[in-house]
Amino acid sequence: MQELINIFVKAIFVENMIFAYFLGMCSYLAVSKKVTTGVGLGLAVIFVLTVTVPANYLLQNFVLQEGALSWISPEFAEVDLSFLSFILFIAVIASMVQLVEMAVEKFAPALYGALGIFLPLIAVNCAILGGSLFMQERNYANITEATVFGFGSGIGWFLAIVAIAAIREKIQYSDVPAPLKGLGITFIVTGLMGIAFMSFMGIKL
Amino acid sequence: MKALHNFVEGKIKPNFEEGAKLEKLWPVYDGLYTFLFVPGHTAHSGAHIRDGIDLKRTMNTVITALIPCLLFGMWNVGYHHYNALGMDVTFFDQFLFGAIKVIPMVIVSYGVGLGIEFLFCVLKGHQIEEGYLVTGMLIPLIMPVDLPLWMLALSVIFAVVIGKEVFGGTGMNIFNPALLARAFAFFAYPTWMSGDKVWINTDVAEGQAVVDGFSGATILGDLATTGATSYSAFEAFLGLIPGSVGETSTLLIIAGAGLLIFTGIGSWKIMLSGVIGGATMGVIFNLVAPYAISPEQQAFMAVPFWQQLIFGGFAFGIVFMATDPVSGSQTEKGKWVYGFLIGFFAIMIRVFNPAYPEGIMLAILFMNTMAPLIDHYVVEANIKKRQKRLELKTAGA
Repeated sequence: MQELINIFVKAIFVENMIFAYFLGMCSYLAVSKKVTTGVGLGLAVIFVLTVTVPANYLLQNFVLQEGALSWISPEFAEVDLSFLSFILFIAVIASMVQLVEMAVEKFAPALYGALGIFLPLIAVNCAILGGSLFMQERNYANITEATVFGFGSGIGWFLAIVAIAAIREKIQYSDVPAPLKGLGITFIVTGLMGIAFMSFMGIKL
Repeated sequence: MKALHNFVEGKIKPNFEEGAKLEKLWPVYDGLYTFLFVPGHTAHSGAHIRDGIDLKRTMNTVITALIPCLLFGMWNVGYHHYNALGMDVTFFDQFLFGAIKVIPMVIVSYGVGLGIEFLFCVLKGHQIEEGYLVTGMLIPLIMPVDLPLWMLALSVIFAVVIGKEVFGGTGMNIFNPALLARAFAFFAYPTWMSGDKVWINTDVAEGQAVVDGFSGATILGDLATTGATSYSAFEAFLGLIPGSVGETSTLLIIAGAGLLIFTGIGSWKIMLSGVIGGATMGVIFNLVAPYAISPEQQAFMAVPFWQQLIFGGFAFGIVFMATDPVSGSQTEKGKWVYGFLIGFFAIMIRVFNPAYPEGIMLAILFMNTMAPLIDHYVVEANIKKRQKRLELKTAGA
């Protein structure tokens, strides 16, 4: 249990997708003009990460890894398919995103319009693929840990995009120098937020 | 005073007026002028409420509240220096030594910071903003005394340019500039900002030596590494402990807080909820201390919760930095949440994070990033509530 809490807190604060690795920056910068759309995209990312990381965990452990196929028959013990991991992970992610897209279009058409191209682009959001690759690299012990990690990373990303959206709504009224207006100031704020998130670096539960 | 006023109006002002030689430097003139005299600007149309308080008076009140901390800090620097050398000197010698160390820090902070502020005002052609007055006083108070002055200057430049001017100057910033300066120095020059060597000045002249068994660690540094400290809680409350220049004396900080609350400049809601938040986390730690993963951490967790509040920079941060009206939460309900979480995270970082023995700086910066979000949801909730009320009314009618 303690290990699960540790993974969860680490994924949200310490190894935050945005502020520690700067992954998923494109949609983070593009869709963070308003809090409501930020919340929508953040929720979509949470969902996709929570589903794809464990799905890819199963793929990794029962198909791709060296010797993973031995559950079919012992003669496959030598087979190592890990060179296929990128393409398979992306395929899983893309199909998941399709699902989310259909659901959003059906149940929240306004949000669907507001998110525009960035909803299907979650498929190539680096944070999502990053989640699966971190899972592969860190060798989580079981599928529960992988799920908790995916969920935590999603929450971390959600927190980041919602916070920056609120800040951007606020600095609309600031007298930002013309060359820095828009993306420039957002990059600076992101960097400063990164400093603030460093408060959690090294925390161990 | 009258003669001075006439001299300024007659001889100096014309040089800066439109079309004159030094027209570009008008903001500099105007800024210095309004320091000495009440400005004569009035609105041209409509009725306006007139009030003696403006940005400059607000800032001056905060600085007044900081003066006791500054003076005590100077004495404290000298006191610890001579203690470390094992010398018994008079009160004035102690104060003098501290003053020689601390006053240059104040001068560098104000010189560099105001220089940049003036430069930006001249470039952008607006009036001098007074926002730096408090920041410039806070920065030397939250730095260790041994920090080289050029590092201090660099931190000030970072804080003023990246923390404030890029957002459009005073009142527009997202983060507290004084804390950004400290965070910058903390991450850029960690060996100068933490550990047990920097808090007490141990420069020795010929024939002097540091006494045996001397330790320069702060209370929190001691607690984080060994779980025990040699200072009593009463010493910590009075401020006779090593630490950043102005943060040590909880007693004088409470006095400053009194002034801020009395004049209505600092938000008592943030201060109160911050203390409640810190105490809550402290109590939680007291309760779960038996389950800690290491004996040092267990000893740190078992520190009575009220002592957590007087150690380190907690009180200083809650009173003078968390209450910053610009970077903090601006809605009244939001202030409770904001303050509470600052206290909560500060104590949590302190105990859980071995890399940072003190958590208040990063806790406030973290909550600065979250403050606009808190405000957003408070405002949204209010809109929803009023909409519901309106619907009820129209339905009833």
